[in-house]
Amino acid sequence: MNDMSKREEHWRRTKSLMFVTLTIWFIFSFVVHWFADGLNSVTFFGWPLGFYMAAQGSEIVFVLTLFWFVRAQDKIDRDCGLAEED
Amino acid sequence: MANNTGGSTFIENLPKIYGLYTGGFLVFILLMAILEQMGVSADTIGILFVAFTIVIYAGIGFLSRTMAVDAYYVAGRQVPAVFNGMATAADWMSGASFVAMAGGIYFGGHGYLAFVVGWTGGYILVASLMAPYLRKFGCYTVPDFIGTRYGGNLPRFLGVIVLAVASFTYVTAQINATGTIAARALQIPFEVGVWFGLLGILLCSMLGGMRAVTWTQVAQYIVLIIAYLVPVFWMSNKNGFGLIPQFVYGDAVQRITELESLHGLGTLPAVEGAKGGLRALTVPFVDAHTNALAAWKFVTLVACMMLGTASLPHILMRYFTTPSVRAARQSVAWSLFFIFLLYFTAPALATFTKLQILDPTLATGIIGKPIESVMALEWIQKWANVDFLQIIDGNNDGILQLNEFFMRGDIVVLATPEIAGLPYVISGLVAAGGMAAAMSTADGLLLAIANALSHDLYYKIIDPEAETKKRLLVARFLLLLIGAAGAFVASLKLTSILGAVAWAFDFACSGLFFPIVLGIWWKRANRAGAIAGMAGGFLAGTWYLYMVRWGGMDPWIGIDHLRFGMIGMPVSLILMIVVSLMTKEPDAETQAMVDEIRVPSGETVLGSSH
Repeated sequence: MNDMSKREEHWRRTKSLMFVTLTIWFIFSFVVHWFADGLNSVTFFGWPLGFYMAAQGSEIVFVLTLFWFVRAQDKIDRDCGLAEED
Repeated sequence: MANNTGGSTFIENLPKIYGLYTGGFLVFILLMAILEQMGVSADTIGILFVAFTIVIYAGIGFLSRTMAVDAYYVAGRQVPAVFNGMATAADWMSGASFVAMAGGIYFGGHGYLAFVVGWTGGYILVASLMAPYLRKFGCYTVPDFIGTRYGGNLPRFLGVIVLAVASFTYVTAQINATGTIAARALQIPFEVGVWFGLLGILLCSMLGGMRAVTWTQVAQYIVLIIAYLVPVFWMSNKNGFGLIPQFVYGDAVQRITELESLHGLGTLPAVEGAKGGLRALTVPFVDAHTNALAAWKFVTLVACMMLGTASLPHILMRYFTTPSVRAARQSVAWSLFFIFLLYFTAPALATFTKLQILDPTLATGIIGKPIESVMALEWIQKWANVDFLQIIDGNNDGILQLNEFFMRGDIVVLATPEIAGLPYVISGLVAAGGMAAAMSTADGLLLAIANALSHDLYYKIIDPEAETKKRLLVARFLLLLIGAAGAFVASLKLTSILGAVAWAFDFACSGLFFPIVLGIWWKRANRAGAIAGMAGGFLAGTWYLYMVRWGGMDPWIGIDHLRFGMIGMPVSLILMIVVSLMTKEPDAETQAMVDEIRVPSGETVLGSSH
């Protein structure tokens, strides 16, 4: 694999990781909260679910998504030989 | 520490240094608790808390002094990911997050949670779209990236303008908060407190620039998170709400809904005569929007706060200080984690405070009790004296109804220790925490403005031949000048804290979001497009803000003055794409530069000293 195709593969995979990450982001930032009123009729460990998602649920998803994203991007960098030296 | 802050020994010893610092702070709290038992007055303890922590920050600022350009602008690019995460969290969480957020949730219920969602999710955008690429670029400031990527002085200058407007709007609110807290804790007038707060802020940043701000912000994060969490855990365990309150307050939320209908929320007539800034509870806690317009208002506020997060230069520049691109990414994740610790506690705190005030079966409950006995409570008297709460017996029945109890949102955090009957030492701790939150944000913002003016405007545009010594002198002079201007505006008390904070996000996303993102992700974006996008988005947003807030225009589909980024951003995006496509594509050199920042390995685009 030459240098150019490695770079191309790296950017292609980086872009698809970005799209996956932003899809998760979009769902938990907007879609879930749009339907908050409906979700409130569901009880989740005592919370009305719509309230829970805004107060805690989305935030937990954001934190977990970011730590996962960091690992996934690092793997892409290493697979393509474009990671920084440790 | 002074001689070693640049060396690797200091970096290796960071966990030990801040471990000792945290231990020392806990010992200080214990010492204050002992003093309280010995009969030292509450006021003295408050003064000791605020004064002691400020002296520590100033000491760190002094030890971190530097005359090197890369230490001054980017802390020598050696801040480890976890510590940069803490520094960013302190940089991020303002006086408003610390003091006003729980109160906002208390009054606004589900609708206000849009801020909690918006102020966390933006970090996903920072990590996936921006921070690692800007780190690889190797810039000192955000306009430094815009100026180099698009070429020429005009884009750089526009970047400086947007940065200065957004950050200055924000910094006055922070200096205002330091003034309020200093005034209360040290018993001095607000106008004096503002200048006292500024003095503390400048002591942290003047001598060491970004390096000094970094290490004080880590220290301030430790103080603010302890100060926020300890009272909540203590109150929860004392009153039997559960060991880890954040995970068990679901039932309390449902109980509040029952109590709200018991107390007749929404059915009682409004009682007139409350003092300015005081509110009675009128909004149900849990109920979410039931129509599309209200849902739209929720998500548009979330969107403005998130895209604003990813455009605010004082946050983005924190990721220029990490040793590598990988560390920049890790550090965004740690930032969000450290921010999350406070933000997922705020709704729990709001819930428990509300429960304690509303529930007549609890000893702390006041609604539904005789007004005479409520007025006899020490915390009611104390906060009523400073106009933070008020009781008006609207129907003259001698019983306190929900519509007769008025308070300021800030009370939820500031008075929790007293409502729950915790010792005064906890109130002193809370004051120190609020001070740390406001100071750390003000520091980051002032530095962002002063650095952009000194590096981008003075050095890059006005006098590219300037020597290092002169550059750093100019940088410090500007810091002083902008700080003084901020304190002056704050002392005029123009807007409520939160209005101004939301505007900063709207200004930033209107002018900067797309020029930064497309500069990295779209090679075709060029100079003319960036100029149109920055100027057009910023002007459209500002015009809309003016018209809705002061010009008497009705908001379009619920987009009020808090959400004017929803007007600025689309204008910015469309102008940038259309104008870029109508003009020549960037030269090969610029395109190669974009290719280079997309790859983590290799040298930064700009040299370590530029």
